[in-house]
Amino acid sequence: MSTTTTRGLASPAPAEVTKPRPRRGLRGSRTFNFWLFISPFLLGLIVFVYIPIIWSAYLSFFEARFTVTPSDFVGLDNYRDIFSDTQFTGSLVTFTVFAAFIVPTTWAVSLGLALLVNRLRFMRAFYRSVFFLPTACSYVAASLIWKMSLFNGVRFGLANTVIGWFGVDNIAWLANPDPPWYWLVIITARLWLQSGFYMILFLAALQNIPQELYEAAAIDGAKPGWQTFRYITLPQLRATSTAVVLLLLVAAYQAFDEFFNLLSKTTWGRPPLVDLYYTALGQDQNYGKGSAGAMVLTVLICVVTLFQGKIMGFGRGDESR
Amino acid sequence: MSAQSSNWDRRSIFRAAAGLAAAGTLAACGGNNGRGGSSGSGKNLVQYFHAYGEAGTEQAIKRYAKAYSKADVTTQWITGSNFESKLFASLLTDQAPDLFEFHPQIQLVKSGQVADLTDIIEPVKDDFNQADIKSHTVDGKIYGVRMIDDPQFFFYRKSLLEKAGIQPPTTLDELIEAAAKLTTSKVKGLFLGNDLHAVINPMIWSAGADTLDDKNQIAYHTDGVVEGLKKMRKLFTSGDLLLDAPADYWDPSALNQGLCAIQFCGMWAMPQFQQTLGDDLGIMPFPKVTDAGKPSVYNGGWSMFVNAKGKNVEAAKEYVKWLWIDQKKYQEDWATSYGFHIPPRTSIAQSATKLKSGLPAEGVKLFTEYGHFDNIGWTQAMITATENVFADCVRKGGDPEAALTKCDKTVNAELKKLFG
Repeated sequence: MSTTTTRGLASPAPAEVTKPRPRRGLRGSRTFNFWLFISPFLLGLIVFVYIPIIWSAYLSFFEARFTVTPSDFVGLDNYRDIFSDTQFTGSLVTFTVFAAFIVPTTWAVSLGLALLVNRLRFMRAFYRSVFFLPTACSYVAASLIWKMSLFNGVRFGLANTVIGWFGVDNIAWLANPDPPWYWLVIITARLWLQSGFYMILFLAALQNIPQELYEAAAIDGAKPGWQTFRYITLPQLRATSTAVVLLLLVAAYQAFDEFFNLLSKTTWGRPPLVDLYYTALGQDQNYGKGSAGAMVLTVLICVVTLFQGKIMGFGRGDESR
Repeated sequence: MSAQSSNWDRRSIFRAAAGLAAAGTLAACGGNNGRGGSSGSGKNLVQYFHAYGEAGTEQAIKRYAKAYSKADVTTQWITGSNFESKLFASLLTDQAPDLFEFHPQIQLVKSGQVADLTDIIEPVKDDFNQADIKSHTVDGKIYGVRMIDDPQFFFYRKSLLEKAGIQPPTTLDELIEAAAKLTTSKVKGLFLGNDLHAVINPMIWSAGADTLDDKNQIAYHTDGVVEGLKKMRKLFTSGDLLLDAPADYWDPSALNQGLCAIQFCGMWAMPQFQQTLGDDLGIMPFPKVTDAGKPSVYNGGWSMFVNAKGKNVEAAKEYVKWLWIDQKKYQEDWATSYGFHIPPRTSIAQSATKLKSGLPAEGVKLFTEYGHFDNIGWTQAMITATENVFADCVRKGGDPEAALTKCDKTVNAELKKLFG
């Protein structure tokens, strides 16, 4: 508020005061600076995250087809509906299978990459960038590349060319769900897109481990390699690992783009968000039921996150390291 | 880093940001946003089209719109494979199009989404293909103007069939056999699209069944269809089917690039097939599935609808009348200059010389002889339900009877909602 007054005072003689005043005003008031930098983000958060969540909670108690301003209150009907919907419960199973695989795999791959890059003596920046670059690629673009050139079903697809060298017949990676090759396509796409980002997190943490620890261990007779990794590096990375696993889990819950683009028009391989998309934005446009599902999913994510924080000690700060 | 350099950094970032912002504003000013500035009478109409694959189609639609003097018509060319979900989602919003192309589906009529166009069609009703009028009529009112009819059938390479010593198949069993004989290490025998959904309706018809009967009751759940589904499963697992092709069935690439010997596609792609393959090209309907069945062709197509909940219903109707009723030249151009489509207006169909001889004429013959038109009572929810049947028991090894029963549940719920 104080800034408004300052500006009001400045207006009678703008030519003289403008030069020093704004700098002082901006630098001087911490509150102003705080709101200046926070407000765009906060505004975005409120408009695009909090309001939709609250609205969605509201919608979930209404019969809302083809409208987002419903009037027909139905209590818990939508929740009853969503829990008896085998597609939705099936999608939770799909997700669990997916998460159980993708979370540890991404964790291991990015940690492995970080360890490799961390040991490099030269060209470290180059490799760091190379592995990080895929993060900048959109999931949609990556899925299209995976679908149309790497894993297409024709003989000149990259994957089919490679297996062709070993005399294996062409495989329809996505169209044919038995055996479920589509998982290979989805997992590789996601690994390629994600690993680089988490590698950076691990790399930062690795560089934070004090060198003295390794020296002390060496004096105590620990062999470099597995022993120091198991008893020094890994425990030191605990906080980062927890954060990474947490982020990966949330990302897995939010899986949408690659499933939607790679597995269009299937009845299998649908994570919750894809299923909810078809419920809320498909030909039924059932926003009530879709919102109920979204609420269930939100609660689920919160519970899992809190539970995981509890067992892995995330948020306990330095003592946990 | 010294304080100086960090200061410089900050300034340069500000400068860059300001520059970007300015450039953005400029771009927005200069951008052709399609609204066309101040010309016209000030009425702005927005129309939705799905992205046609043939070169020149987008330009054509925009050219027709530009020639209209009474309103500025903006065209949204919707790319991607899910036109219907994008259309349905946008119809809910303030940005809903004033007019759009789609297929006749009764839920749009029942929910008051599409406007009654009887008054603009009535004067020329007799000039339309009566099947097209019927498929757009509910309780005596006509709700859409057909622009083009698109029969869908098989295209095959005559030379490859000759080499394998086979005749064009007349039953599904023969088709499966032909696919096996035509498959080599380089070429797959048959392409039905990546998800096989394009042949769902033809398979139902060729099994002697129908989607719905005259009383709007389920007509697809028959022994013939179950038999057809089992045969389709056999075909799907045979290894003779081209799957996961980079371009789907509606694109002529698979046959043109020599990936397969027979491809399911539509009349629209005929010019591109002919250009690449010349005379080495034949067409045939979907063969009969059972002895009691009959070969079939799906006469798909696109129609113009007016958004009854839009702000400019009258202006949109006027535009539809101007372009799709009055401007016969544009209608013929649209039907025959890019892909091949059959004009729904008899007078235009008769004057369309490109469709008079050779393969196009054969296509027209399949259209009239074996064609099945859209049933307005067969809605998107039901279409999706039958797609799930194919997903569950053709692409996955599920039981056809169980899949059809699950489908019945969805379709019956929808029928009840629509017809009580």
